Amino acid sequence: MLVAIFIIFILQLTGEALQKYFDLAIPGPVVGLMLMLCTLMITKSKTHPSIISLRTSIINTSEQLLSYLSLLFVPIGVGVIMHLQLLEAQLLRILVVIVVGTICTMIFTSAVFAKINKAKDNG
Amino acid sequence: MGDSAKLYQVWVYLQAEPLFWLTLTIGAYLFADKVYRACRLFPILNPVAISIILISTCLIFFEVEYERYFEGAKFIHFLLGPATVALAIPIYLNWNIVLLAKKAILVSVFLGVFFAISVTYAIAFFLGLDMITIKTLLPRNVTAPIAMGISEIIGGVPSLTAIITILTGIIGAALGTFVLDLFRIKNMAARGFAFGLASHGIGTARAMAKDEEAGVFAAVAMGLSGIVTAVMIPLIFFVVRDLIH
Repeated sequence: MLVAIFIIFILQLTGEALQKYFDLAIPGPVVGLMLMLCTLMITKSKTHPSIISLRTSIINTSEQLLSYLSLLFVPIGVGVIMHLQLLEAQLLRILVVIVVGTICTMIFTSAVFAKINKAKDNG
Repeated sequence: MGDSAKLYQVWVYLQAEPLFWLTLTIGAYLFADKVYRACRLFPILNPVAISIILISTCLIFFEVEYERYFEGAKFIHFLLGPATVALAIPIYLNWNIVLLAKKAILVSVFLGVFFAISVTYAIAFFLGLDMITIKTLLPRNVTAPIAMGISEIIGGVPSLTAIITILTGIIGAALGTFVLDLFRIKNMAARGFAFGLASHGIGTARAMAKDEEAGVFAAVAMGLSGIVTAVMIPLIFFVVRDLIH
């Protein structure tokens, strides 16, 4: 567990270092996510017992962390109290963007996906 | 000294303690989560939204500054970065499914993300929202930790992005089934994918509750669209900005 946390932290730090060094416009933790994905892919075929147990530990620890993901947005979300004026003035319009945008995105995405998936089934 | 004066003294002491706000955050979330589960995951009762409303009301009522609250809550906030790294796991575990439908997934994720960004920008611009608000809105369809990171990079307001992201998830989870039925999308993979791409984790949880196949595709869509959006928004944003100048 501790080793798994250590590795997650290392990957995040590496991601943030790469982001700073190359002046990337991608958030550092997202670079860390990509590094984690690569690490898991690369070590997939490794059969050494210590690597296997480490991978299992990383996967379990990450899943545990993700099970509390929604709690982690709360502190920054409460920051909304500092922007109440901005929100109040534009709330209705923001809601229109969210509702219409989400509905359109869902229809578009599912239609594209269904079309390609179907074409593949028939071909 | 009276009892109320003593109580007040204890309060003054407690509200200066980071532990108090940390405990309140966890307590509010546990309570909200319990209500949410008791009401069978009814989308409007999203635990994040309820916790934020509870804590904000408390801060406003007792006239406590956000900075003081954050002194305690930052210990939870800190875990957002590691949690973002951990988002690699659902993508990795479902990788064989990605390979099974790779063409549909790849094309849909790129077109879907591009469509989401464009439609958000178009509606927001048409409604005359100011540029800061538009930047704050742009990454709204991806999971909150990634959306906040993008918002910060392009100059939006990350905490507002968090709220907007959560609202997007709630709307998608609440209306998705109805909208997709209306447009007669019957393919479960396509339905799940749309839930995950348009309304991230909250939509994914909804898709999982409805259908297992839809849930898996939702999880894949949520992860991949997070990565693609994190690359695409800053790219478009900085290219457009350079073109203007």
